[in-house]
Parts: sequence; C-alpha cells; structure tokens
Amino acid sequence: MSQDFVRQLPAGGFEFHRREAGIGDKIHVDATIVFLLLCISGYGLLILYSAVGQQSAPVLAQSIKLGIATVTMLIMAQIPPVVYLRFAPWLYVLGLLMLGLIYFVGFEVNGSRRWLRIPGVVNFQPSEIMKLVVPMILAWYFHDRHLPPKTRHIGWAMLMIAIPVLMIGGQPDLGTALIIGVSGLLVLFLAGISWRFVFGAISLMLVSAPALWFILRDYQRQRILTLLDPERDPLGAGWNIIQSKTAIGSGGLSGKGLFQGTQSNLDFLPESQTDFIIAVLAEELGLVGIVVLLILYLLLMGRGIIISVQAQDTFGRLLSGTITFTFFVYVFVNIGMVSGVIPVVGVPLPIVSYGGTSVLTLFAGFGMLMSIHTHRRITL
Amino acid sequence: MISTLRIGLVMALFVVLLLAMNARLFYLNIIDGDFLQDQGDARTIRMERINAHRGMIRDRRGKPLAVSSPVVSLWANPQELPLSSEQLAPIAISLGIDSAEFVARVNAARDRPFIYLRRHMRPKEARTVLDMNTPGLYGEREYHRYYPSGEVAAHLVGFTNIDDHGQEGVELSFDDWLAGTPGKKKVLKNLYGEIIRDLVPVSDAVAGKHLDLSIDIRLQYLAYRELKSAVSHYKAKSGTVVVLDVETGRILAMVNQPSYNPNNRTRLDLASVRNRAVTDVFEPGSTVKPFTVAVALMSGLYQADSVIDTSPGFIKVGSKTIRDPSNRGELDLGGIIARSSQVGISKLALTLDEFEVAAMFQKVGYGQSTGVGLPGESNGYLPNYRRWNDIDRAAFAYGYGLTVTPLQLAASYLTIASGGLRRDVGLLNEGNLKETRVYSKSVADELKSMLARVISEGTGGKASITAYRVAGKTGTVRKIGENGYLDTEHLAFFAGMTPLKNPKLVGVVLINEPKTKAYGGGSIAAPVFSRVMGSALRLLNVPPDDPGGAA
Repeated sequence: MSQDFVRQLPAGGFEFHRREAGIGDKIHVDATIVFLLLCISGYGLLILYSAVGQQSAPVLAQSIKLGIATVTMLIMAQIPPVVYLRFAPWLYVLGLLMLGLIYFVGFEVNGSRRWLRIPGVVNFQPSEIMKLVVPMILAWYFHDRHLPPKTRHIGWAMLMIAIPVLMIGGQPDLGTALIIGVSGLLVLFLAGISWRFVFGAISLMLVSAPALWFILRDYQRQRILTLLDPERDPLGAGWNIIQSKTAIGSGGLSGKGLFQGTQSNLDFLPESQTDFIIAVLAEELGLVGIVVLLILYLLLMGRGIIISVQAQDTFGRLLSGTITFTFFVYVFVNIGMVSGVIPVVGVPLPIVSYGGTSVLTLFAGFGMLMSIHTHRRITL
Repeated sequence: MISTLRIGLVMALFVVLLLAMNARLFYLNIIDGDFLQDQGDARTIRMERINAHRGMIRDRRGKPLAVSSPVVSLWANPQELPLSSEQLAPIAISLGIDSAEFVARVNAARDRPFIYLRRHMRPKEARTVLDMNTPGLYGEREYHRYYPSGEVAAHLVGFTNIDDHGQEGVELSFDDWLAGTPGKKKVLKNLYGEIIRDLVPVSDAVAGKHLDLSIDIRLQYLAYRELKSAVSHYKAKSGTVVVLDVETGRILAMVNQPSYNPNNRTRLDLASVRNRAVTDVFEPGSTVKPFTVAVALMSGLYQADSVIDTSPGFIKVGSKTIRDPSNRGELDLGGIIARSSQVGISKLALTLDEFEVAAMFQKVGYGQSTGVGLPGESNGYLPNYRRWNDIDRAAFAYGYGLTVTPLQLAASYLTIASGGLRRDVGLLNEGNLKETRVYSKSVADELKSMLARVISEGTGGKASITAYRVAGKTGTVRKIGENGYLDTEHLAFFAGMTPLKNPKLVGVVLINEPKTKAYGGGSIAAPVFSRVMGSALRLLNVPPDDPGGAA
C-alpha cells in the first residue's frame, strides 16, 4: 500500500512516451477521441430525431451546437496545458464570482437560478464552467506539491471543492453540485490521499446519511421516496420514473424499432429528448442499442485513461484522469436515474441529450485532454 | 506524480458500476420486459368502437323510408379541457351556445372523463370545432337516421334513439337485422388521448342489412292524405287506414291519424306515436256479419236466397230488445247484410250452433296475433264461453262482445276476397305465402256478392269507385263509456275489397269519434275508402271491371 504514496515518475516503464510524433500530434488532435465523439454524436442525433417526434429542426439545432462544441474542442486542444495551469486560479476566481453574481442577477428557470444572461450575447450556466475549473484548480494546487498530499493541503483542497459545490447546490442544482463534488474528490483520490481518509470519508457519509435527510429540501426528499417506491405518487413525482422504466422495459432485447417507441413518441415519457433520452433508445433499439452506446462510451473513457496514464506531469495526469472519470460519472448517474436506481437529479446523458451547455463543457474537456496528450512537455 | 494504480482502481470501480447498470437495464429490458411492455401497451393501445352503418328501410319498390347518414358527435374529457373560461369560450361560440352556461357545465363535470357536447353534428360543422385543437375535445363518427317520408310512414317505420337503437315500429322489431355489428379497432393514443395511429382493426364493423317492406309508399301517401283530410274534416279524434294486397296478404299501406314527424321529435305526443292499426282494438260491429252469414250458409240450414222476416223491426232476446232503425220487412241473407239488419242477423244466429260463430271468428283471425311483427300489437279479444246465452249469441253475431284491431279486420276480409283462404298478413317484401282454407270458394263468392249489394243498394253507397266494382261492409259502433255504451261517441268504419270479380285490394277505414252530425260508417268511412282505393287501383294499373261507369 505504501507504494501508492510513492511519487511515480512517468517515464518509469511506459513505452508510449517515446513514440513518434504523428500528424495528429502536430495539429494537436487525437484521432481516436474525435472518431468516438463523432460516433456518439451521430448515434445521439439519431435517437434525438426519434425523441422529438421526427422533426428535423431540433436535430439541426443540436448539430449546430455539436459543431460549435467541436470547434471549441479543437481550439482548446491547441492551447498548451501550461496555459491552463497558469490560468487555473484566475478561472476559479472568475467562476466563483459568476456563481455569486447569479444570486443577484441570475435568471430563474423552473424555480432554480442557474443561468447568467448577457442580453443579446449569451445565456450560460457558470456551474457548467465549474465542472472543468474545479478539477483544474485542484490539479493546479497539487501539481507542484509533494504527493501524497499532507492533511493541511487536503483541507485546503476540500475547501476549494466545497465553496463552488455549496454555491451550486444552493441554486439549487443538486445534480451538478454532486458531479462537481465527485470530480473534486476524484482529484483528491488520484492525488493519492491516504486510504484512511478514503474509508473515513465513506464511513462518515454512511453515518451522516440519516442526518442528511433533515437538511434536504422537501422536493429532494420526495425524489428519494419516489425512488424507493415510484407508485406512491404515480401521476406526480413517480410519473417520470414509472414512464421511463416502462419505456426501457418495453424495448426488450432488440427494441420496437426506430421511431416505433410508443412511450416517447406519444408523450408519455417526459423530458424524452433531454435527461430521459436513454429511455427512448432503450424502447426503440432495446438492450442491444444501449450496449452499443455503452461500448462507445467505454472506448472513449479507455482512451481518456490511456491519455491520463501517459501524461508526463502531475497536472496533466490529474486533470485528464478527472475529466475522463467525471464523464463516466455522468453516464452512470444518468442511466441510474432513468432506470430507477438513484434519485432523479437532472443529469443529462453526455453528448446524446439535447442541449448545448453540457455538450460544450464536455467537448471542451476533451479538448483539454487532447492538449495534454499532444503537447509533450510542460515548460514553465 | 500520481499512481497508475489509483487510476486503475477508479477505472475498475467504474467498470463494475457500469456492469451493475447494465445488469439493471438487462433486468428491466429482459426479465421485467414482458410486464413493462404490457404496461407500455396499456398506456397507449386502446380499443375504439367503429359504429356500424344501419341498414336502410325501403318500400316494395326500393324507395327509402329510413336512411342513415354519417354525423359526428362531439364529446369532451373535462379533465383535459383547459381550465380558463377564455379558452373554453371559443368552443361555446362555435357550438352556438351561451359560453357562461357552457363553462358552468364543463366545470360541473370536471371529475368525469366523458361528456357529450353535442350529438349528431354535420361533419363539416364538427370539423370546424375540432380544428381549434382544444385539448380534451374529440369527435366520434356516428350515424343519424333520416326518414324521407316523415309522418306518412312514421308508425310503420318507427324511429331510433340518438344511440341508433330502434325505439318504435320496424326500427324496433327488426333492430337486430338493421343494426349491424359495431367493429373494434386497436388505436394508438398519446398522453392526451388523441388517436395517433390506427393499428389493425380487430373486427370490421358489419353494416346492418337493408329491410325491404311490402309497403308501397305511393299508396301510403295517398291513404295518409285522404285519412288526414277526413279526420280533420269530421273533427275526428283519430283514424286508421289499412290496405292489403289480396294475392300475397302483404300490407300495402297502413296509416294512422294523428301522426308525428319522426325527424323532429322534440314535442312528441305519446298518443300520436301509437300505431293504432295494430295497437287499438274496437268492437267490429256490423262488419263481422258476413262471417255469421258464412256460418249460416255452411250449416246447410240456409241458402243465399233464404228469407228472414225482420218485422216488426225489433226482437226480444231474453230481457233485451234488439232493434233495427226501422222495420226492414222480409230480407234474404244478402239483404240482411246490405241493410245491416240487427234483427235479421240475430234471428239467424240463434238458429245456429252456439259455438260455430265464435269458431268462425277465430278461423278468420280474431283474438290472435297476425304475426306481422309490429311492436305493441294487440291480439284483440275473442270470448271463449263454455255456454252461450241467447243475448250474447245475438250480440256476438253482429259484432259486439269481441274486439279486433283494424289490421285483424282487414285480414278477415282478405279471406272473402281470396275465395275462402286465410293468408298471413305480412310487412316484409319477402317470405313465403302461407294460406289455409277457412271456408269454401262458393261461400266466399256468395259473401262477396252480398257485400257488393251493400254498395249498390245498402249502407255503403259512398264507397263506390268509378269504373270498378266494390264489395264491402259499413260499421258503426257506439263506444263504451263508464256507464255502458255511449250515444254520442261513435266509431265509423268500412271494410271492403275491390275489384269485385277478382279482388286485388282489401281495405279498412276507421274513423274514431267523428264530431259531425253524420257519424255512420256509410257516410264517413266509406267515402275515404272510395277515394283511397280508387286512386290505388289506378296507380297499380288494375284493369277496371265495370267500364260502364259508376255503380
């Protein structure tokens, strides 16, 4: 176990780092990631086309968003990791400022303030940016420190995570807060905090879980109760989950056929093009369709892990590992939510769900991944 | 630098989680799939009724008497209708009803999933309302019944209710035949209950079969016209005309007054709905005298030229006195019928077997259903005494103490017209003729010539028809009130056949409670008979049997 605490040198035993710099490296593009993203985007657009009732307008809009996201990704890939490292603290401070600003001039949708609006220019959710910035700031914090981190440093890191998580949780946007919290903790874990901390934290969470019940808001409690027994309010709180389970279940092994899903096309399934889009996939293309999507996700993540392992410095490793795993958390939380394993928290299915912001953040993350992979050395 | 082991651990954890997720989806998709699939179907697949087209009712020449045309009924699910009055108001306006009232009505039904807004709208009008795309507003294809002949054939044809079920007439008695079988189709409905797609029809709607009646609507029209004018002219309470086809026993026309418009039944008077030709009974009076005479002829005691002395114009039977209006003197059997002598027929009856007259009445169809298949048909009343006292025998012989319907009376005269054969009366244009001989042709011929004398020399002169010879019998009975027979309320009727030589048509005319000074069958019912039958004969191209002129 003590081996874990040893700062491992990247050169140790890996053969990849000596490979020839190919064309991809020169233009700072990772062909595997781009290819997999294209596959998932295309697949997602197909499902979206069905989920919106075979209208082409939303699909076109989403294509444009994906295009913008791709361009963003390519631009992000051109920027050397050292720039991210240098700007991380400033981005963090800027992000916190914007989160604070929301409390004053935030734009309210569905009872929660998540949006900042610069009239005529752009509407965006600062919390989305924080999804990248929190891993960045932690990677920055740990990059030149001795690892495993000292307890004091862990404390500071926890604070860096807690501030944005609490601010986002207060909007309230529990799903995003959860993901950012988890991604932050992932950085800590990857940075090599002691197993004692890990198990201690897990035990503490289990013990305090009942207490957590009392600080939850009423609608959040409802969601948990609904998870345990959706039939307690089948037309209200339980509606989403019952309908989505029905949709998934009625797909069977190979589904009802594309565009043949009744749950989604006949409006029984709410949010069918956003958070619950995987239910449409499950209904129409069945388990086979889901497995295909999951394999694509898995390959993408595998590539992310390889990049992380190959990264030659702490900042790149922590950041790329966290970005990859956060992506995984998205997939996990979304599928768990739709299939009735975890409460409904409003996390979209990465790349497939309709919507621009989350796609932009994800693609930006992959851009950073590609940057880390193709810029060989960090020179400060 | 961070450990690859840690990355591997997280990776492993996530792969395990992913597998767990996959297992969950596998469970939902495959293990629980059947249940959830049924749940999915239960949400979306509905059975929808396809209303069947109701069969047409036609007359013997194929003219429509009742036709169904497609309409749309608007209904709503108040639970889905918009809540605000502003959104409901356009519906009310397009339906042409008060919007405040409409909103109140919808709100009162908020807890129900179904209310009709308007039944049987013209498809085009319904479309304009449905095109407003208000959620919770639906249209259902139904059929509306129209009766082209209106009040003329109302009693026969009857009508259906708004749900297309027969309520009266043949619409009721042949409902199963006409109705057809509604089909079922599986449809896909969305969350708002709108039909998205027709799936397989589970069973097609089977259209009802057409019903061809024996009625000739032309005869029906002219009979109705004459009856209506007569009832109105004599200020009578009601009236009936029945015309039978002698050869087949089929009903050619059957009309009543008062009648109603089956297309608009908003102010329906129940008294006018009754098909009096089969539901109302009366004492047939003098019209049954020919059958008493038939018994006399068959008994062998009398010949057609046997003479009965009816002087002095009355006869004491037991404690009662039976009177003729005046002393008719000596009459042969034809004379008794022609002059309608109560005394003569009573004398005749008292010499006959006490049971024979009632037996003959039964043979010609009294006291039993005609089998015509019209709802509410009465059997009439034929007493079946174990002993007959004299006054009963006498009164019975001239038509008191039993009751018949106009249709039964017509059917009994058909036995004379057909030469002694009883033919089942029918209303349908098909089916086999069933006949039984009830007395010999010679008896029938003699009755016929006696009845012809009623026209030529007796009470029924006004029943004569230009260029045709008529045989028939008048009848006038006093109605029964609380204290026995009334002197002021009468039934006037006439039963007859034409042309004499080979009768084609049998007709019965009945006028109930004429308020004019003349109230007898000869002066009131006979002229109606003459006009109806005269027109009918010409319409049916029956060759005249008396080209010489009027009888």
